[in-house]
Amino acid sequence: MAKTTRSIPPGNPGENDLLGQLENASKAFLSRRALLAGASGAAAATMMGVEGATSAHAAAAAGKTVRWANWGLYLDFDNKTKKYPTLEAFQKATGIKATYQEAIDDNDTFTAKVAPQLRLKKDIGYDIVTMTEWKAAQWVASGFVQKLDDAAVPNKKNVQASLLNRPFDVGRHYSLPWAGIIAGIAWSKSALPKGLKTLDDLFAPANKGRIEVLSEMRDTIGLIMMWQGVDISKSFTDAQFQKAVDFLQKKIKDGYIRQVKGQSYAEDLISGDAIAVIGWSGDINQLNLQNGNRFGFAVPESGGTFSTDNLMIASTSPNKAAAEALINYYYDPAVAAKVANYITYVCPVNGAKEAMAKINPKQVNNPLIFPTDAMWKNLKVFRELNPTDTAKYARIFQKAIGNG
Amino acid sequence: MAAVVRTSGAATSELKKKSLVPYFLLAPGLIWLALFFVAPIITLVSTATKTPGVGIGEFVQTYRWANYLDAITGSAAQFSRSFLYATIATLLALAIAYPLAYGIAFKSGKYKNILLVLVVAPFFCSFILRTIAWKQILGQNGPLFRLLLDLHIVSDTTHLTASAPAVIIGLAYNFLPFMTLPLYGSLERIDPRVLEASGDLYANAFTTFRKVTVPLSMPGVVAGTLLTFIPATGDYVNAEILGNPSTKMIGNVINAQFLNTQDYPLAASLSFILMIIISVLVMIYIRKAGTEELV
Repeated sequence: MAKTTRSIPPGNPGENDLLGQLENASKAFLSRRALLAGASGAAAATMMGVEGATSAHAAAAAGKTVRWANWGLYLDFDNKTKKYPTLEAFQKATGIKATYQEAIDDNDTFTAKVAPQLRLKKDIGYDIVTMTEWKAAQWVASGFVQKLDDAAVPNKKNVQASLLNRPFDVGRHYSLPWAGIIAGIAWSKSALPKGLKTLDDLFAPANKGRIEVLSEMRDTIGLIMMWQGVDISKSFTDAQFQKAVDFLQKKIKDGYIRQVKGQSYAEDLISGDAIAVIGWSGDINQLNLQNGNRFGFAVPESGGTFSTDNLMIASTSPNKAAAEALINYYYDPAVAAKVANYITYVCPVNGAKEAMAKINPKQVNNPLIFPTDAMWKNLKVFRELNPTDTAKYARIFQKAIGNG
Repeated sequence: MAAVVRTSGAATSELKKKSLVPYFLLAPGLIWLALFFVAPIITLVSTATKTPGVGIGEFVQTYRWANYLDAITGSAAQFSRSFLYATIATLLALAIAYPLAYGIAFKSGKYKNILLVLVVAPFFCSFILRTIAWKQILGQNGPLFRLLLDLHIVSDTTHLTASAPAVIIGLAYNFLPFMTLPLYGSLERIDPRVLEASGDLYANAFTTFRKVTVPLSMPGVVAGTLLTFIPATGDYVNAEILGNPSTKMIGNVINAQFLNTQDYPLAASLSFILMIIISVLVMIYIRKAGTEELV
């Protein structure tokens, strides 16, 4: 099924290149400035050589564009110049014009918006999308992505071995991990000076009405299931899942849980409306950088969830070569370290730790960027669900949080 | 009349031409309605009876009418909550807007225009931002909560946001201008001589208000309550931002079914049912209230 719905057959780069050239030709025609920029970029690329890409490849990709949809606060950003330094460097080095948009704030919502166009094989306006593992699995299964050409992404060799063989994409032919996300518990230090260690601490009566949990089902339910003694990475029963949902529903009904939300729980931590949350590691790191170390984060003793956000090339993308050049660039350890230093999520690139020592030695031992072995042991990936279970569990979860 | 019957052939064709003119004039509106109202409704109704297909978000038409039943029984709580919240919010908005409109219409003097601009001014700011502002006002570190805390009316364990009253306050606030403007419109039109006549007939101020002002302002009340109640019922922003999981309204369910579970048929049947219920309620209301002067 997946193969027949794939719009541009994988392993047929000729067609993609043709489309890419057509698109670029029309774009260059439309904009003289873009054409000039492309030409000067190409010249620069041939003169300087290219970091992270062979110059032959860069020459082939020169003058092209790539459009990337990513989540908020997910790429190094310079507040003074209002630019993304690593992305600027990439453009300078390759002559590829990269458009970066923080277009994703929810896996479901973003997919729901672009899926109709993907099915009609119409350009969705992005070449690279960044989807969390479980959603990436659906994209791959639905044929919404193009196969990566290993020769065009030589830096794939730098991806950590443990992340190379995910069940949804064994051998990583369609996706590469952008960053690893740890879901755990976080708290406001002023309200809870002792901190939180377990989910019992999180749901303590003193926190009643000031607790928020993630609307990402696999994280919230995953954490609760692990606390209830279930291994979420292996097969579990409907009853075990339901038991965790029942617990969540009871805490909502009893007024313990104030809201179930996505990344915006961060605002409530800052305003003080929420004091204890189930949240994401990197968010808390960034909040602390911006708000003076006011928050704590821990992986619960019973275990936290781990997942990755993944770069993929949309099946409708006419700029495959440029997209591959961009993806390849970000798996250069030096570049990956710069990104990790800013986003403070788990870095999936080998050698980035050594590179980090040069740019920010303080971060080298940050277990949330480079988890220790002990931490890895305490992290579990929610098992991949088949489409029937995905729909069923999503429905049960939405009902539990009041949406049905 | 007789002259019309005995008109010549030329005149008749001119009459025929004339009778087509209204349709030409109506055409833009009719085409607009067909494209943006009738066509979407047809898609909505046909989506509502589909069942899931193979891929994500793919559905096949199986005429499963039971979807409607599932929609009602599955979300009865959110349906009734929507109508309850919208009713309370409408009454609250009426209670606030009536004195406001009365004041602007009769007592504001030279400040009338400035006050009217102030009523409309919030529209210059996004609906969502205004709702988020209420989150700050009612929040744990907001001015109101701090004041109540200092007065020992609340303790630190209670909270004003993430509650049903917060959602209702948000709804009433957000739709207040829709209530105020029609009320002002009808009050403003009341002829002062009618009020004088009432006084001449020995009615005191309260009786005049009750027997003259209120009945004459009824068109404004009907229009204002409709303009508030209908969007408030379908609203999901206030419940999302100011509510908690137990105060979700039907709009939140539809939103989640469309975007989270991607159950388009369920979302479509919920939307359609909501539309029908609102239409029926509005029709009953208009019948009861009378609308001779509504327009």
